[in-house]
Order: sequence, then structure tokens, then C-alpha cells
Amino acid sequence: MTLQLLAIILGSLTIGSALMVVLSKHPIRSVIYLVITFFFISSLYILMNAEFLAIVNIIVYAGAIMVLFLFVLMLLNLNKQAEPTTSLFSKLTGVLAAGALFSVLIAALKDSLVLGKNYVPSNPNVGLVENLGNLLFSKYVVPFEVSSILFIAAMVGAVLLAKREKQIID
Amino acid sequence: MIPAVSTIGSSLDFFVVVAIALFSIGCYGVLTRKNMIVLLMCIELMLNSVNLLLVTFSKYYGASDPQIFVFFIVVVAAAEATVGLSILIMAYRSNKSIDIELFNKLKD
Amino acid sequence: MAADILLLTLISLPLLGSAIIGLLGKNLPKSVVGTLATSMVAGSFICALLIFSNLPQNQIVHLFSVVNWEDFKLNASFQIDSLSIWMTLIITGIGSLIHLFSIGYMSHDEGFYKFFAYLNLFIFSMLLLVLGSNYFVLFFGWEGVGMCSYLLIGFHFSDIAKGTENSVAARKAFIMNRIGDVGLLFALFMLLATFKTVEYNEIAAKVAELKLASLLPYAAVGAITLCLFLAATGKSAQIPLFTWLPDAMAGPTPVSALIHAATMVTAGIYLVVRSNFLFELAPFTKEIILYIGLATSLVAAFIAMRQSDIKKVLAYSTVSQLGLMFVALGMGAYTVALFHVTTHAFFKALLFLGSGSVIHAMSDEQDIRKMGGLAKKIPITHFTFLIGTLAISGFPLLSGFYSKDEIIAHALMHNPIVFGTLMVAVTLTAIYMFRLYFLVFHGSFRGDHHTESHIHESGPSMTIPLIVLAVLSVFGGILNLPGIFLHKGAHWFNDYLNANTIGLNLIEPHHLDKNAALMLMVVASIIALSVMTWAYVNYAKRGNMAKSDEELTGWEKLSNAKLYFDELYNFLFVKPTEWLSSSVHHYFDVLVLKNGIFGFAGLVEKTGNVTRKWQNGFLSSYLLWMVLGLVVIIGSYFINK
Repeated sequence: MTLQLLAIILGSLTIGSALMVVLSKHPIRSVIYLVITFFFISSLYILMNAEFLAIVNIIVYAGAIMVLFLFVLMLLNLNKQAEPTTSLFSKLTGVLAAGALFSVLIAALKDSLVLGKNYVPSNPNVGLVENLGNLLFSKYVVPFEVSSILFIAAMVGAVLLAKREKQIID
Repeated sequence: MIPAVSTIGSSLDFFVVVAIALFSIGCYGVLTRKNMIVLLMCIELMLNSVNLLLVTFSKYYGASDPQIFVFFIVVVAAAEATVGLSILIMAYRSNKSIDIELFNKLKD
Repeated sequence: MAADILLLTLISLPLLGSAIIGLLGKNLPKSVVGTLATSMVAGSFICALLIFSNLPQNQIVHLFSVVNWEDFKLNASFQIDSLSIWMTLIITGIGSLIHLFSIGYMSHDEGFYKFFAYLNLFIFSMLLLVLGSNYFVLFFGWEGVGMCSYLLIGFHFSDIAKGTENSVAARKAFIMNRIGDVGLLFALFMLLATFKTVEYNEIAAKVAELKLASLLPYAAVGAITLCLFLAATGKSAQIPLFTWLPDAMAGPTPVSALIHAATMVTAGIYLVVRSNFLFELAPFTKEIILYIGLATSLVAAFIAMRQSDIKKVLAYSTVSQLGLMFVALGMGAYTVALFHVTTHAFFKALLFLGSGSVIHAMSDEQDIRKMGGLAKKIPITHFTFLIGTLAISGFPLLSGFYSKDEIIAHALMHNPIVFGTLMVAVTLTAIYMFRLYFLVFHGSFRGDHHTESHIHESGPSMTIPLIVLAVLSVFGGILNLPGIFLHKGAHWFNDYLNANTIGLNLIEPHHLDKNAALMLMVVASIIALSVMTWAYVNYAKRGNMAKSDEELTGWEKLSNAKLYFDELYNFLFVKPTEWLSSSVHHYFDVLVLKNGIFGFAGLVEKTGNVTRKWQNGFLSSYLLWMVLGLVVIIGSYFINK
């Protein structure tokens, strides 16, 4: 019972912090809220027995990527006036479009599997590290290796892109 | 379809709804915000909503495969964020601003 | 040699000549071109003579089948019988003489090889016309001669001095011929519908058997004959389609001689004679032919009285003589008409070639008011021209006398009014021909001094044909001498044709009793001789003629102005057509098409301008549309569930 209540609370908090991400005017606050959102999502993962993923989410996402975002934001060193504003009209259309998407996707669930009625509790060991490791290194070993190449490409690209061009002194 | 509050935790519908909500919020952010960094963050939000969905179905089916998928999505998100940010820095250098509406050279 | 091989050789020689000269003539020297062309036609003449000397009984030479279905056959096949071989002899014989004449006449022309290519092509088409064994091949030849006539009339289309006169004349000829061709096409279709075949012998057989069974569709036959006569009117220049022939004199003189005196204009006569078994069953059409021929004969003779261009007088004379031939046809005297065709070919070609020689001597001057007293200066031309004039006026014992006499005798038997009108026409013929002769060759020279110093007799290539034709004009009457002169050997031509032509319904040689026939001949001779003397006095001695067109009054003015036929046609047909096409141009072309099409293009442009604004370069708007599209796709997918 408490588990269910916990799930509801955590879920609502996730949505709340996500809303704050998109609605806050200060970009630094958006970053902080996004980190909080990631923490709540990790808590939802733990509720669903996916412990490894929860930890990975926090370490990689909240720990590395968000820090990177923060770095860049600080680097740019913008003042308050530089923050661009959006008109009411575009906010309205944004709300309408996103709302339409939300309702259509929810409506699509109407005839789908009603997870509640047919729910059979499954193996809770699914999210354990050993099982994931087994699967990762047997069935998905090729994507695993390829992702290393992806990282090399990303790193090289990032370094190249951010290099300053040599100034021609005339 | 949305069941009574008491039974909400035992069904996974709620998590699906949360994922969809996160996705729509991310969508709203992408459409509305003009700050490029916030735009990239909203894209990360959308990716995470998909991760949540995948984990939900992994719990439902009792299979580990979706969780591997999540793993790879995180990998790709990391790489993409890196490259995206470096492009952003270059764009800031040339335009001295991070307003995305100033980059409209692809018009007619 | 077998007749069919000779026939195929005879047809293909001019075609070959035309092809060789047309393709290679530019690089060949003029003498080669001229000799080649003439020898091709002469070769055809020799083949025709060989066939003629050993004439098979109505042989059909089948070349190939164009369409060969069960109930519908169109064959390219030719027919050897008396009528077609006789026409071939005339065409190739006179054709070769005219080719010979053209070598000299066109020697200064730079389009020399083109001329001979066209001439040979014309001979080929005309041979197709007369030698075909069905209306289909005749139609090919018919169109072919029309086209060659157009090409040859408009031969000097780039003549700067004359402007567009030549091309306009050529176009007029072609269009009027075309109007007649509609008649031929309709007749062809009706023949196919009624008799299911176009072969002459098959149609004649079917007509005979239908008549025997009293099942003949007289209305259909009447319609067919009327359409055939319309075609003949176009080709042989009868009322109302005759105004092209005088204008066609814009072409070089050998063209006028060949096409408009001896061959093409007789195609209409040939058509009627060939279809005689049909015309015999349509008395109404024959009446129409008779009266139209009569009217044409009279009208043309009247107009010729006061023309001042030597070739125009001869042109109207041709129209008038053709009218005479149609009168004969209208009375059912087919062989008589063909006899007149033959003699007319001789003396008219002679007259045209003679006028060509005169024009050549006068350095291309054609106005008879500037000529005169040429008799001593160009003796051969003068003498042959005199013979031609005597022949056409019916001078006793020359060829024209016999053929005209036959026609007049038939008219006397048929209808006195026709006879009377015919006598008037014959008298007028004599008057204007002698006027022409005396004004050109006698009296004193009225032109300028420069031209006078250049007058010279033409070379042998031009005078030899003149002499040959003069001989034929004098002795041509032997072909069909009337019975009162000889008891044996008379009416040779009549018998020859009737022996071997399909379905030819012969009319018995006229049964006027001896005295009446003799009286008729005497009257005709007296008329001819008296007109000659009066003309001599009036024109040669007194030189009685108007100096310019404006001085004419009364009937002379009418005659000179061609009875305002051209102006009438212009008003009735040309102006409404021009008005129609200009209004269609204005209302449809400009308003509908131009505005519609360019308006449509403008619409596309405006739409493009509007939709161009959609690409504004803002990421958020692109994403917005993407999301909306996604909503629509997902929604439509789940709606159906």
C-alpha cells in the first residue's frame, strides 16, 4: 500500500520538477531542476527493480552530462538581459501542440493491454547486475563494442569543433 | 482506464502515463524555449521519458533486454550531448548569442 | 516484250528520272539533267507505243495489295486498255516534246534541275492517274498532279519583281483543286458503300448485274456521279472552279503547255469517260454537265475577247475548249470528247509553246499591246502559231475542224438551243484567236526599241517540238474522219476506243443524213474563213485595239475584268473566311488560351509566393509542424481502431 502511495508521490514529483525545468526563466535553475528530475526518475527505476539502471542514470546522466551542461552555461557567462523571451502566442501554440500529443498518446492506450488487470508479478531479479552483464556480453556484445567507436567519434568531433581557428595576423 | 488510486501502484499504467507526460513536457519545452541550452536539456528529458517507458515494459515482461536498450540510449545521449554542446559553443562564438531564432539562414 | 513489263517500265521511268534529278541534279551539268529527263519521258513514250502496237485485250497488271481483307480490297494495280494507253500516248508524247522545249526555254534558269524533277514527277503522277485500274490509284495520281501543279506554278516563288503573285496563284490552284477533291473523296466513299469495291471492271460488272435485276440504286449512282463531276470541275476548270487556271499562267510557259493545256486539265474528262457506265445511269447529272460546260465555254470565250496578256488569252481559250468537251460528255458522246481532247492537246500545246517562243523572243514581255509585226522576225514560230490558230478556229480540214464538227453535229441532234449557243461560242473562239494572232504577228511593232533589237528565233530545242506539234495539228483529224469522206477507215478512233474500254457505252456516230452533215461542215468553214478575213482587216490593217485597260468601256470592260468573277469569289468566300479566322484568333486564341494559360502560370506563381513564406528558418516552427504531423498520424492510426 505504501509502495503504491510512494509510486504516486514520486511520479507526481517527477512531473512537477520536469515542468519547472521548462518553465523557469533562469537557465541555471533549469539545469538544477533537471538534475532533480533525474533523481526522481532513478527512484522510479528502483521501485521497478531496475537497480543497476538507477545507479547508472545517476552516475552518467546527473553526474556527467548535467555537469557538462552546467560547465557550458557558466562558460558562456550570460547576464540576465541576454535571456531570450518567447511571446505568449508561441507559448500557447506550444501548449496546444504538446497537449494534443499528450491526449493522442493517452487515447492510444485506450484499447491496449490493460496492464493493471492482467498484471502478473514477474521475476524481480531482472534488473540485477549479473543478469544484465550476462546479457550485455553475450547477446549485445557487438553494439557494446560499436558504442566505444561512437564515443571516440564523439570525442574527436567535440574537440575539433571547439578548437579555435588560428588567427591570421596581417 | 485510469484506475482508482488504491490500486494504482500495482499496475504499471501509471508509469506509462508518467512517461507520456514527461515526453509532452519535453516537447513543449523544445517548441517554446529559445535558449539553446535549455532546448538541449529538454531533448534529454524526452530521452529519459523513453527510458522510463522501456524499464516499465521490462518489468512487465520480465525480460532484461529493454534494460540493455536503456543502457545504449544513455550512451547515445551522452555522445549527442557532447557534440551538441560543442556546436553550441561554436555558434555562440559567431553570433555572440544563444537565441535560436537568430539562426534562420535556411529560409528562402 | 510482255505488256505488263512494258507497263511497269513505262510508269517507273519518270519516277526514276525525278528521283535522280531531284537528289543529284544540283551537281550534274544542265545538259545531262535535261537529256536525262527528256529521255525518261521519251522512253515511256516508246514503251507505250510498243504496247499500243500489240494491245492486249483489257489486261490488268497487279503490283501489290495495300489492303487485302475479305470484303475490302485496295490494290495498286494498273490497267492496259485502249483508253488508258491512248491517254498515256498523249501524255508521254506531248510530255517529251515539252521536255525538249524546256531544255531551251529554261536554260537561263538557276532552278533548272528542280524544274525537270518536278516535270518528271508530274508525268509519273499523271500516268498513275490514267493507268490505274481502280479509283484508288486514280486518286493517288489525282493528288499527285495537284501537288506538282502547285510546285510548278509557284516555281519562281522568289521572283522579286512579281512579289507573292506566283505563290498566291499556286495556292489558289491548289485550294480550288482541293475543293474538287472533296467530291472525288465522297464519290470514292459512296462507291465503296454501294458497290464494296473500287475496281473499274468490278463496278461495271456489278452495275450491269444490278441493272438486270432492276435493283440499281439510282439515287446513290446519281450522288456518285455528281461528286465525280465536282472533282472534274475542279481539275478541268469549269464553272465555278475555273478562276485558278488563268492565274496559273504565272508559272513558266512549258508548265502551262503541259499541265494546263494537254494533260492535267484533261484528267477531269478522263474521269468522266472512265466512269461512263455510271454516268449513263444518271441523266440528271449529264444535263448538269451539259449546261455547265456550255456556260463555261461561253463565259470563257467572252472573257478572252479582251485580254491583253498572250498567255491569259490562251488560258481562257483552254477553259472554253474544256467546256466544249464537257458539252460532248453531257450528251453522252464520250469518244467524241476524247477525240477533241487529243486534237486540243496538239494545237493547244502548240499554241502555248509558240507563245513561249514569242515571249522568249520578246525578252519576257507578255503584253500583246507591245508586240506586233513579228511575222518576219521569227518565221518558224509565226508559221506554227498560225497553224495552231487555224486548227483551233476550225479551219477546214485541220484537226480542230473535225473534232469540233462532231460535237456540233451531236448538239444539233440533241437540242437546238445547245446547238445555237455552241455556234456562238465557236464563233467567239475564232474571233479572239485571230485577234491574238494578228495583233502579235502583223501590223507594226509597238514595243520599245531595246526589246526590238533582241528579237531572235529560238534554237532548235524549242522549234523542233513546235514543228512536230504543227504537223500533228494538221493531220490529227485523220484519227476520226467522218463517214462522208471515206467509207473505210472512218471513225477509227471511235472503234478503237469502243473495242477495248470497260463498259464504254458508245453512241452511234451521228445519223444526220449526208446533206445535213455536209451543210454543217460548210457553215462551219464559212464562219471560220469570214472571221479570219474580218480579223485581218480589223486588227492587222487597222490595228484596232485599246492601248490600255482604262480606255475600255461597256462590254469590253466586262470582258477585260474577267466578268468580276475573282472579285465575286473574294467577297463570297475569301473575306468571310478571313473574318472567321481573325475572330477565332481574337476570341479564342487571345482571350481563352493566352489568358487561360498565362493566367494559370500566374496563379502558380502567386501560390508559390505565398507558400514560400512557410520556410522561415525558425527551428521552433518546423518542430511545431512536425509535432502536429505526428499527432495526426498517430491519431489517424488509432481512430480506425
